[in-house]
Amino acid sequence: MSDSVPQDVYAASSVRAENPPVDTSGIRTIVVMALMVIVVALAWEGLKALGSANNYALPIGGATLDFTFVNDTQLPHIAAIFGSFVEPAQRNGPPLAQVLFSASVVTLGRAVSGFVMGAVLGGLLAILFTHSALLQRGLLPYVVASQTVPILAIAPMVVVWMRQAQLPHLAVPVIAAYLTFFPVTIYALRGLTSVPPTSLELMRSYAATPLQILWKLRLPNALPHIFTALKISATASVVGAVIGELPSGLQDGLGGAILNFNQYYVQSPPRLWATIVAAAVVGILFFVVVAVSERIVVRWSRNDSD
Amino acid sequence: MTVIISCKNLTKKFKGTDGAVVHALDNINLDVQQGEFISLIGPSGCGKSTLLRVIADLTDATSGAVTVNGKTATQARKDRDYGFVFQSATLYDWRTVVKNVQLPLEIMKYSKERRDQRAREMLHMVELDDFENKYPWQLSGGMQQRVSIARALAFEPQILLMDEPFGALDEMTRERMNNELLRIWTSFPNMTVIFVTHSISEAVYLSTRIVVMSPRPGRVSEIIDVNLPRPRGPETRELDDFFHLTSRVRHALHEGVAH
Repeated sequence: MSDSVPQDVYAASSVRAENPPVDTSGIRTIVVMALMVIVVALAWEGLKALGSANNYALPIGGATLDFTFVNDTQLPHIAAIFGSFVEPAQRNGPPLAQVLFSASVVTLGRAVSGFVMGAVLGGLLAILFTHSALLQRGLLPYVVASQTVPILAIAPMVVVWMRQAQLPHLAVPVIAAYLTFFPVTIYALRGLTSVPPTSLELMRSYAATPLQILWKLRLPNALPHIFTALKISATASVVGAVIGELPSGLQDGLGGAILNFNQYYVQSPPRLWATIVAAAVVGILFFVVVAVSERIVVRWSRNDSD
Repeated sequence: MTVIISCKNLTKKFKGTDGAVVHALDNINLDVQQGEFISLIGPSGCGKSTLLRVIADLTDATSGAVTVNGKTATQARKDRDYGFVFQSATLYDWRTVVKNVQLPLEIMKYSKERRDQRAREMLHMVELDDFENKYPWQLSGGMQQRVSIARALAFEPQILLMDEPFGALDEMTRERMNNELLRIWTSFPNMTVIFVTHSISEAVYLSTRIVVMSPRPGRVSEIIDVNLPRPRGPETRELDDFFHLTSRVRHALHEGVAH
């Protein structure tokens, strides 16, 4: 066969595989993100300047527009928010940044525990549903219904249950897991079941066992879907952990910090805003870690962006 | 010569999408000798793919039986007697070329050394040695199908079942793949091939016998012996006998439809 194969067939695919065009999308992303930050900051401070110049009552046509929402209490200056990081959170105490950093570490630990619990539970449910249509029909509606119940209503009950079960330290992770298992169940189920029929027939022709089919076909097929779910779950787990900390009475996490700074908001609005920034940073960091893991694990996918 | 596959009174009916009963196979009787290269040819809906899938135990017959080496088709599948090649290469996207070829060997619990060795031999056979670490999407359609053939033969099945494997390829690539397939078949003594196609010249070029099928209900309308000399090559396509055989198959196909 080699005698009749045109050389360029090989050459073309080698070029495609070994010399991909220089990837500029990373630089582009950073530039776009920086531009967005600048635009938001300009809009933020622009609105504040506009409100302050007009005494927070903007005359438009005959009517007057209430602009008090941009005053320094309701919308502090960006510089004030970031400036608060270096000021002491309490008199003679350590700077707010240090307080928020240790709170973030604590909350992130709980979020990660909840994330792992939720991912394992979600994955197991998806595997169960893949192999039993009966269980899927019977249980999936409850899985969906579980997410229609507000987490704020569930959280205090979980705290009480966990206290009774002598596992109070698991209350917050369980609340976080409650938010994170759902996307994993739904996306993993989709990935496990959306296997091309011929791929399954190939396994059948090898007389493969159900476990081999799960391990060598269904799971790898589901991995891109599962990572989509894990990225959602990563951010949701931080939200779940913060919400879980509120009724738990835990003071050491971001949830405690939010309650605390909310109470003293009128004295110092920027501290609550700084806490929100810290929570967002924690969520983004977790998301990035999962996204990077996806790049490492799902190596086979072609780069569709080019 | 020994009979390796025997189909007795095979019938297959199923409910079509409109609810009407489709008579995919009607009383098929066919004996295949060991080492034969059989082509199943016929218009769409004649049941040629269904017949192949019943033999492979990928679907059940409504009545009748397939015997392979004296066993049921299910037992033959469990004994790993079949290598199956689909129309689409059906490679696993997340596996490199060499890992795809090793897939059946992993399932069948070959040792790592055996797996590596067999996969390398198979890739050498289909002349894709330099592509073992590529992912499927980095290969052309013809190359993907060669990997799929290497994968089907890696565990040395006695019977190779091919469901229009070159149907999606252009004419040039298809003729090249035909030569490739003949070379591989020759290098596996006693390997039996059942090959589904809708190309008359492909069937004549490759086969020892051609089973011509007709649709509604799916029946064997004629079995044509192909006594062209071997080894076959591009010059085979110029022989008078090649033309006679292609027109014989064509007539059989038309008669089958006219019934």
